[in-house]
Amino acid sequence: MRKMKKLIKGNDAIAMAAIDAGCRFYFGYPITPQNDIPEYLARELPKVNGVFLQAESEIASINMILGVSASGKRAMTSSSGPGISLMQEGISYLAGSELPTVIVNIQRSGPGLGGISPSQGDYFQATRGGGHGDYRTPVLAPASVQEMWDLTFLAFDLADEYRTPVIILADAMLGQMKEPLEMKKPPNRKLPDKDWALTGCQGMAPKLLKSLYLGSRELEKHCWKLWQKYQVIIEKETRWEEFETESADLIVIGFGSSARISKTAVKQARAQGLKVGLFRPITLFPFPEKRLEELSKKVKAFLVVELNTGQMLEDVKISVGKEKPVYFYGRPPGADSLPMPVEILDQIREVYP
Amino acid sequence: MSQEKKKELKLINPRPKTLIDRPTHFCPGCHHGIIHRLVAEAIDYFEIRESAIGVASVGCSVFLYDYLATDVLEAPHGRACAVATGMKRAQPDKLIYTYQGDGDLAAIGTSEMIHSANRGELFTVVFVNNTNYGMTGGQMAPTTLLGQKTTTTPYGRDFKRDGYPIRMAELLANLEGVAFSARGAVNKPANVKRTRELIRRAFEAQLKGIGLGFVEVLSACPTDWGLSPLEAIKRVEQELIPYYPLGIFKDKKEPDHL
Repeated sequence: MRKMKKLIKGNDAIAMAAIDAGCRFYFGYPITPQNDIPEYLARELPKVNGVFLQAESEIASINMILGVSASGKRAMTSSSGPGISLMQEGISYLAGSELPTVIVNIQRSGPGLGGISPSQGDYFQATRGGGHGDYRTPVLAPASVQEMWDLTFLAFDLADEYRTPVIILADAMLGQMKEPLEMKKPPNRKLPDKDWALTGCQGMAPKLLKSLYLGSRELEKHCWKLWQKYQVIIEKETRWEEFETESADLIVIGFGSSARISKTAVKQARAQGLKVGLFRPITLFPFPEKRLEELSKKVKAFLVVELNTGQMLEDVKISVGKEKPVYFYGRPPGADSLPMPVEILDQIREVYP
Repeated sequence: MSQEKKKELKLINPRPKTLIDRPTHFCPGCHHGIIHRLVAEAIDYFEIRESAIGVASVGCSVFLYDYLATDVLEAPHGRACAVATGMKRAQPDKLIYTYQGDGDLAAIGTSEMIHSANRGELFTVVFVNNTNYGMTGGQMAPTTLLGQKTTTTPYGRDFKRDGYPIRMAELLANLEGVAFSARGAVNKPANVKRTRELIRRAFEAQLKGIGLGFVEVLSACPTDWGLSPLEAIKRVEQELIPYYPLGIFKDKKEPDHL
């Protein structure tokens, strides 16, 4: 019997959760810092009659996923920045054809070849659709090994419920570090039947999955249909974490790794008697806009912390308006660029109202 | 005609069940319609329509789903072979086929084609070579013949600038994973007959689990060639076939065993 609590690497937690969530198909291409995921699945998927295939490129990987997804089965791919860029074409087709899948981005630094250190530089790419056309994908941002596990289950469920690709946006730090993990499966979510899947047309009319709409006003209707779906996702699936926000004068906002480091800084600030809280979006799309708007009525200022030059910052500004000041502390990636909690604490003290 | 006489007549070449009865969007003299029919005939021959899933590509061939009565998934430009790989791995009991043009398969999709072939993926590829990008208005393709004028080679294709026309059937025949590779044409009845057999064989390679089945079919594109349908048929015979010889380049009889 498997021990229920184990010291596990973030990348492995995603790979293990994928198998436990019923994913039996993985296609990918090697890239640092996510190779633990394909390596784990290359070893473990054959044991459960699954398929692991190393593709010739990320372009091929995402299109193999398209083929599995259209067959009505759970599939996953993973990569990092440069590889995720190559997948954008396929993600756009998946969104346009309304096909569910899970795409893991263990962010490294860019632009270009950049580097392999932790980064949050792919926030815009992930939350604005990323590929061509008018679409969004739900984006989940784990901040611990436990969440790498938990959110992988959620990603598969959201994908199947809403027929959409779902992005897990983590980074090199979360992927490479080890933490105790409780391997608890979430309760089964009731999901719609995949009656749209292409499984042959035995005794029925042939089925078609496509994203091309050339008829009069057809595509317009299709885009509004997608929009409607995103409104439901915004309404029902927005998730976030709050820490000491109720009595706060200053709220620090971060996601993933930046939230994790900020949380230590917030605790240190509290110990020094400063009224500081932490707000951490777990879903980056949908962004917890409404809750931030509510909080903006109570607090005096916000401090956004990101491992980039300011991307989520824009969503925060849209959410809280212009009445309260929004400060920014950005640490674009690179060797030795990951901030220490004390550096964030210094920022907190500097902008504290 | 008397009732008596009518009874004696027999329809010897009925419309295949897999070919939907509707007018096509193809230009007059285009060979896609004939090739569609040959694919439909092969699917009927093996009685696999209800377990067949097609992967449509981008170009004039994208509307496959309007004409063939099987499930169809539309792939991004050039990616049909990667999509088919995923689909076949997910449903090994299904009959998977792609239908791709020369821009799609031999330019943007070369990587996906070659690596699927090299892995010996068990699906069938029908490759239509009309020596240009038809749907986008007749630009140069990797298959465009030397000296051929297209909208992007207005002075004719020059090997010093554009390289040489690529022979996909011969190239793929070199890969171990390919079970069957052949080239046909449909410019005259005898060639239609031979190509019907080639397409059937390309499906058979998949059904027998031997490896990837590939068949290239030379096709006329009168509109973009600036020729009448009859002149276009002549061009296939006089210019295409001499450079792209018809025949079977690979014919593996059984799967590899370790």
